[in-house]
Amino acid sequence: MARKVLVLGEVKDCQLRGVSFEALAAAKAISEGGEIVGVLLGESVQSLANSLIHYGADRVVIVEDEKLSHYTPDGFSQALLAVVKEEEPEAIVLGHTSLGKDLAPKVASKLDCGLISDVIHIEVVGGNVVFTRPIYSGKAFEKKIVTDGLLFATIRPNNIASLSKDESRTGEVKSLSVDIKDLRTIIKEVVRKTSEGVDLSEAKVVVAGGRGVKSAEGFKPLEELAALLGGAVGASRGACDAGYCDYSLQIGQTGKVVTPDLYIACGISGAIQHLAGMSSSKVIVAINKDPEANIFKIADYGIVGDVFEVVPLLIEEFKKVKVNA
Amino acid sequence: MNIYVLLKSTFDTEEKIVVSNGTIQDEGAELIINPYDEYAVEEAIRVRDEHGGEVTIVTVGNDSSEKAIRTALAMGADKAVLINIEDDVEQIDQYTTAKVIAEYLKDKEADLILAGNVAIDNASGQVGPRVADLLGIPHITTITSLNIDGNVVSVIRDVEGDEEKIETTLPLLVTAQQGLNDPRYPSLPGIMKAKKKPLEELELDDLDLEEDDVLGKTKTIEVFSPPQKQAGKILSGDISDQVKELVSLLHNEAKVI
Repeated sequence: MARKVLVLGEVKDCQLRGVSFEALAAAKAISEGGEIVGVLLGESVQSLANSLIHYGADRVVIVEDEKLSHYTPDGFSQALLAVVKEEEPEAIVLGHTSLGKDLAPKVASKLDCGLISDVIHIEVVGGNVVFTRPIYSGKAFEKKIVTDGLLFATIRPNNIASLSKDESRTGEVKSLSVDIKDLRTIIKEVVRKTSEGVDLSEAKVVVAGGRGVKSAEGFKPLEELAALLGGAVGASRGACDAGYCDYSLQIGQTGKVVTPDLYIACGISGAIQHLAGMSSSKVIVAINKDPEANIFKIADYGIVGDVFEVVPLLIEEFKKVKVNA
Repeated sequence: MNIYVLLKSTFDTEEKIVVSNGTIQDEGAELIINPYDEYAVEEAIRVRDEHGGEVTIVTVGNDSSEKAIRTALAMGADKAVLINIEDDVEQIDQYTTAKVIAEYLKDKEADLILAGNVAIDNASGQVGPRVADLLGIPHITTITSLNIDGNVVSVIRDVEGDEEKIETTLPLLVTAQQGLNDPRYPSLPGIMKAKKKPLEELELDDLDLEEDDVLGKTKTIEVFSPPQKQAGKILSGDISDQVKELVSLLHNEAKVI
């Protein structure tokens, strides 16, 4: 059954986030040949429309308004609902990001429909769209279907491969004018605390430190390694509790769940709560002084050794490979 | 101030999750307050202590949820309501839970509703924003700071590590992020007192709801364990040789760099 699918393109720092391209691929699986409509909401987002088309959207609907210059639940839900009303899709896909987690439940409530959050795989079985998602932070998985109404899902970054870019694709880009009513939550200020660059949940490489890193200073080599590999730094709860780094870097059952291509665990013992947040990573490297550390049980490659000795050597070695590549 | 906390009881994070016959085995599992809801309980108590009023815990669950609810009462919440719909509704999802909670809250004139930003078991993070929408009040998710001055509320929201400073008014629903506060441990007198605090038990009938009003829109068709990981390769030899071998393996065998 062909389905019309709406995909929200999420804009951060004037660019589309990677998960939005993955959402287009998810939409393709759901659509079974139906139309894929990209949606862009913001103050000035028109220039990004073609990018959505290159990655799979058949056309794009844009809502531009100064009240959409920054995400608010009221502003974005009004705009998205206006697009839904205009397009009458059978399915909607968003990224399971800070924005998607906040916006999707509100929109689902307004549409009186279900919502399947944090999806990592989509397949169509006997006409039913089946969504796979982790539960208990990846200690188990469940498959879900929608039994009534709209198909609505948020997808976890880094799990559904985006389609390859095709610059020959073209499509209509249409503006929709929406009268955005009062916003009840007003953003006074945005304080940038993360460094420019890769977001932890979307990073292809994560270098994470635990108590074994011993101090905030001890995270410096990890940051250097992450920067070299184009990745992001994460941490165990132990390291966060000890004040070595901010809680926003925490990976685990409380904290973020990450699924990068490469996870390098430095001085992390591997408590069950931490493993829940990273064990679905494609390749796991563990570096730890204690050969009995739990982390080695799930690591693909392990080095028993001192983080402060191994990490600088790793940086040197990766640099050599990069030069040769 | 009339304060409500949406609380879920979840498996302890130490618990291994065992799937058998397509369901999660819950026999003998240690149940706790969902860790993010614990921040919500703590914040609710602090707001009450500063501004006066009452803190009510609202849980959709079953008999096994009582332990977590009593813990919240022991921390200092004033009373609780446990809404058990398991015998009345065949298919329960976040749509169901939000509708049931909103129906309970609709005539309670709540000033402030707090919840965890996500439950560590099902991890949908939907119920808070859905309840706010059904009640027609604004929501702010993943907050790390809350300050109430008269009717004006100043909030800091965590956005993937960055901070938004937000202003809004009551009534309001917020969901707690780690870092909001340091939840207290229940004191011994607190635990004794909690045993006598009111815990109201409700079913679907008591809320004047029919099964059809709240029937879930989504259904779980399969639950399974993650594939067992093969034991990995622990390298050996001189550290600098190990590092060389590792980089070579990542490059040539795993092909991730």
